[in-house]
Amino acid sequence: MPERRVVVGSTVGLHARPAALFVKAAAAQPVPVSIGKDGADPVDARSILSVLGLGARGGDEVVLSADGPQAEQALDELAAIVAANHDG
Amino acid sequence: MGEVVLRPVTGIGVSPGVAHGPVARLAEPPRLPEADAPETDVPGAVERARVALAEVAAFLDERSAQAGGAAADVLLAQSMMVADPALVDRIRARLEDGRGLAHAVADAFAGFRDALTAAGGYLAERAADVDDLRDRTVARILGVPMPGVPDPGHPFVLVARDLAPADTAVLDARRVRAIVTELGGPTSHTAILAKSLGIPAVVACAGAASLTDGTPVLVRGATGEVVVDPAASLVEAAEAEAAEQAAAVAASSGPGRTADGVPVALLVNVGAARDLAAAAAADSEGVGLLRTEFLYLDRADEPSVEEQRRSYAEVFQAFGGRKVVVRTLDAGADKPLAFVDHGDEPNPALGVRGLRLARRHPRMLADQLTAIAAARDGSTAEVWVMAPMVSTPAEAAEFAGAARAHGLPVAGTMVEVPAAALRAGAILGACDFVSIGTNDLGQYTFAADRMAGELADLLDPWQPALLELVRATGAAGRAAGKPVGVCGEAASDPLLALVLVGLGVTSLSMASSALPAVRLALAAHTAAECAELAQLALSAPDAASARERVAAAAGAG
Repeated sequence: MPERRVVVGSTVGLHARPAALFVKAAAAQPVPVSIGKDGADPVDARSILSVLGLGARGGDEVVLSADGPQAEQALDELAAIVAANHDG
Repeated sequence: MGEVVLRPVTGIGVSPGVAHGPVARLAEPPRLPEADAPETDVPGAVERARVALAEVAAFLDERSAQAGGAAADVLLAQSMMVADPALVDRIRARLEDGRGLAHAVADAFAGFRDALTAAGGYLAERAADVDDLRDRTVARILGVPMPGVPDPGHPFVLVARDLAPADTAVLDARRVRAIVTELGGPTSHTAILAKSLGIPAVVACAGAASLTDGTPVLVRGATGEVVVDPAASLVEAAEAEAAEQAAAVAASSGPGRTADGVPVALLVNVGAARDLAAAAAADSEGVGLLRTEFLYLDRADEPSVEEQRRSYAEVFQAFGGRKVVVRTLDAGADKPLAFVDHGDEPNPALGVRGLRLARRHPRMLADQLTAIAAARDGSTAEVWVMAPMVSTPAEAAEFAGAARAHGLPVAGTMVEVPAAALRAGAILGACDFVSIGTNDLGQYTFAADRMAGELADLLDPWQPALLELVRATGAAGRAAGKPVGVCGEAASDPLLALVLVGLGVTSLSMASSALPAVRLALAAHTAAECAELAQLALSAPDAASARERVAAAAGAG
């Protein structure tokens, strides 16, 4: 299954605005995407509660994975959102 | 219909004023049914859950649209949470395990709540938000009112068993005419908030339990009287009385002074940009406490120097020609910042908060001083700065040095910990003025968390030990010839204000609604009388007798 390992770019981590942006973008993808962190089970990227529950902080590495025809494109798009710094 | 005499309902009046209106009760969080049986129609139950979640989301979106600003973002994030597809999945799984719908919903939320609590830090704060969403959703499913402050669409008298800080924080003084609670005391959160908003309030009113939605009541905040179904003539008389009070208050104006003309600066506390117009319109000598936290809290990113400058300039503009005391960022403890790693503190109230944050993030303080100095340029306001949570003369000296290096000539120190009060002489040797925060000083003197309602007696600002620390600070101010202010809750109590002045305090900063009553009290007493009242309070064995003795003596004097 295609995967992307990405470092969280926002200093606050995947909380508040960065998390909301990420989840909204994930919900707009044609394929389901999951997000995981070392030591935690991957969760549905469209679930704000699950994404917040990962507790991913700025500088943490997360793993995005998806399957299906447009998986690569979806992963590229979401990886860019995770890597960007939305705090500025 | 004839005259019906209804039983009088009374409690303790904690915020003066007379108001009337129909009752709207604060709904309690729903109770889960004790018995739990499997749903016979699981897909149907899932559908009911979807409908309830959608209703809660719609409610949050509507509130968000009304709120605006940072509160709107928080509500929108909450709305995203109830729309979370994973929530429905979990509810379905619990239903399939044989739970009833209300329990299945509560279980699903609990799972997410636990994950947030486990993640710690800033996220643990969100756990309370999830509880609120759970309560709202369960209420919809059980067909009971959603918890929280009601919105009947017209002004009302808010009746509750008790008010939580989260409920009181969103009270709108234009809609809530009066507050009546079954529980609470003279120093409870409700009392403090009602006074600051200028809403008449009665607490510890056992009869409030019998008041139902829509019942017309008349509330007298000074006496604690609640009249059920008041006659039209009584309402008219009450309105005339309220107008008379307003006239007496309106007749007093100008700078604060005692009966023999000793000046006591009367200042206002400003905590948010939206309070600015009302605060500036009040008859005050300026701002005694500008809480700058509002610029930093509830946001994901640090405000830029330019954004800060604009905000401060707005305040200085509104208070042109008057004094504005800017308190630098007081974050940490119960006010964590999203963009700062506060780390894991075993006891945040005793941790890296207030000025101590500058040990880790010196640039944040430097940026703030730069922005304040830039906003001061070209302003006619007399700008002072002060640092929160200062414990030693060295910290005071370092802060004053930093302020002056940024071109801010007057720098002072909050006195919020006993160490600062005990060494107030040395602190005043290192800076230009001090301002006593009585709430925090009480918390640290009595080792009693400010948020702990059951310790309210220890947090009473009339506690003689707290007054002793005020006395030490006031004496140091007189010896140094430097100003000593009080910008805590204590300053807004007209009786306690007399005691504080008697202890050597030279300025009082409070909610603007409290100014007129404090001005009237000061004008009725000489400085010597204030000193006598202070002695009475200091020599009392406890807070309650201090208050009683001073009340009796001030009334006689």
